[in-house]
Amino acid sequence: MIKSIDRPTLIASGFCVAILIAGTIYTLYTQGTASFIEPTYLLQQLKIAAFLGTVAAGMMVVILLGHIDLSVPWTIAASAMIATAVGGPWAIPVGLGVGLAVGLINGIGVAFLRVPSMIFTLGVNAVLRGLMVMLTGGFAPQSSATPIMSWLANGEPLSVPIGGGHTWGIANAVLMWALLSAALVFMLTRTPFGRYIYAAGNREAAAYLSGINTRLVLIGSFVICSLCASMAGLLIAGYTSKAFQAMGDAYLLPAIAAVVVGGTNILGGQGKYSGTVVGTILIVLLQSVLSVMQMPEAGRQIIYGVVIISMLLVYGRSKAIRG
Amino acid sequence: MRDIGLRLQQSVGFWVAVALFAILYTLYSSLHPKGWTVDIFVQNSNESFALIMVSMAQTVPVLTGGIDLSVGAMMTLVNCLASNLVSGSPSQIVLGILVCLAAGALAGFVNGAIVVYGRIQPIIATLATGAVYVGISLFLRPSPGGKIDDNLSWVATNAMAEMDTTYGWFPDGAPGWFAHGIGLLPVPILLILIIVFGVWVPFRKTVTGRGCYAIGSSEGAAYMSGLSVARSKLAAYTLGGLFAGFGGLYLAIQTGSGNADIPQAGGYTLNSIAAVVIGGTSLFGGSGGAIGSVFGALTLRSISFCFRVFDTDGQVGFLANPLLQPIFEGVILLLAVSLGAARVFRVKNRLSLFT
Repeated sequence: MIKSIDRPTLIASGFCVAILIAGTIYTLYTQGTASFIEPTYLLQQLKIAAFLGTVAAGMMVVILLGHIDLSVPWTIAASAMIATAVGGPWAIPVGLGVGLAVGLINGIGVAFLRVPSMIFTLGVNAVLRGLMVMLTGGFAPQSSATPIMSWLANGEPLSVPIGGGHTWGIANAVLMWALLSAALVFMLTRTPFGRYIYAAGNREAAAYLSGINTRLVLIGSFVICSLCASMAGLLIAGYTSKAFQAMGDAYLLPAIAAVVVGGTNILGGQGKYSGTVVGTILIVLLQSVLSVMQMPEAGRQIIYGVVIISMLLVYGRSKAIRG
Repeated sequence: MRDIGLRLQQSVGFWVAVALFAILYTLYSSLHPKGWTVDIFVQNSNESFALIMVSMAQTVPVLTGGIDLSVGAMMTLVNCLASNLVSGSPSQIVLGILVCLAAGALAGFVNGAIVVYGRIQPIIATLATGAVYVGISLFLRPSPGGKIDDNLSWVATNAMAEMDTTYGWFPDGAPGWFAHGIGLLPVPILLILIIVFGVWVPFRKTVTGRGCYAIGSSEGAAYMSGLSVARSKLAAYTLGGLFAGFGGLYLAIQTGSGNADIPQAGGYTLNSIAAVVIGGTSLFGGSGGAIGSVFGALTLRSISFCFRVFDTDGQVGFLANPLLQPIFEGVILLLAVSLGAARVFRVKNRLSLFT
């Protein structure tokens, strides 16, 4: 059983437990409570992790190809803004449509024009930002999330009453993340498309010569990434009940970090989805525990960077190039 | 003749950047009511200096086939450090400047050491060190502020003639060659010339510097040829840190304060990548150079300058609408980076696209 879990996932999970233990010792010492291992806290963190996890899931597909999508921040913001502006029953389809369009543009730019993804998606991000500034006048839109968006993010159909009017519930956002994860795992491991992603990520020329239409694989992957980002945008808008400028900026680097800490090779071709999930939880827990410990922003940034580097020094080292 | 043709073909990206800058800046200057005056040159070069330095900082790691996502953070780090150190007596100021530049180079060296000895991919290693540098900047300057020597700020952000009036170089009055000649040159332009021809050009000519190009073309071949891959890579990241340090120092001198502005750091990093690509350096490494990036950065800046001068009542008045500027900047950036797509239509064998 333990053999089927790869080393990065194992180490990252161990680190998650270590963070919780360290946090619990801290709270026991200062407040006399073990709030970090209470189900209420863990369920709340899981809900917050669902947003980052949705973004990271899409990012992982693109990173598996050896590419990257830097247009994620404004794909999140644009989907959420346009969805809340449209409102009504069409809010969610239109929001996802934004993601689809962005993914197609990214995919075509990378697959057909062969512009390096890092710079092309950067340009698309700038265009999306410009479009949103044009449409909203640079202010947060006044419209708010539709009830169904709020329900998808906050609703807790599976909840257990624990007395005193409180419940332990799993939020819909977490269920959506679980569904998405199941679909992605199936796609990556059980479908030809998933195999093509790993093949093209390892060596695109070899995949092309083997008869794989690598352009379609690239476009499909960028569409998946942007759709995940727009889904996250809709969920975040539902969670905070409105869309605002720069709402996606806080998700780009943590998403890349989550994927890489989870053991996916940034050069593509290698990585397990379970690692991305554990990486997401690790980053959310780290951020949350540090903020509960009242660590100033400066210290949080430093610890954040040091943790990523030390995790990668343990299992993310590449081979030396010797000829 | 064939040699010239070949050289032009190999540096077509560079010349496109120069041409883009020339066209955009000519457009701007001819539309500006005070265009082609020293005041405008001074103002524009002040606004461009930090981006030019950060773009040069980005270029060196990119040449080796790597990337440095911490250039904006290193700039911010030095910016915050400078706001604590660069004031007081002349010797304190000089010492402060040296410490700031050393801090930038040290930050770059740490990046290089993690990439070379830690063997972590540059993109993720510098992403993480960038977070660390931003954290240190926040420690150094939790809220915007600090102090920079006023005379230094005045001199460094004006034409050279102000050096004379501030420090009294010519007690008997400035001679003509200074007052009407070299004295009109904006100091930031002079500094860029000094850094390009005093640091970058000599570095490129050393074995270590040429090694950076060789590693970018093929790291395996460079290793097999006996080049010191580790030394070249360390030098590349360290030099990147030094250039970012120049940018941060100048930003502090220009604004008279330090600010650990995280979005600003990210913005500079992303713009630096765009400037490098527009300047004709390949993101895969091995070709291009820092001088191209100077023009890449100038092109990016000229685009935003242009939007300031369009007459709101004219035929292209809609271009002056501030709400539309971000989208125009975005579209132009996207078009500029898509220029590289031209090679797709030139390749004879589709397999060569995948490298």
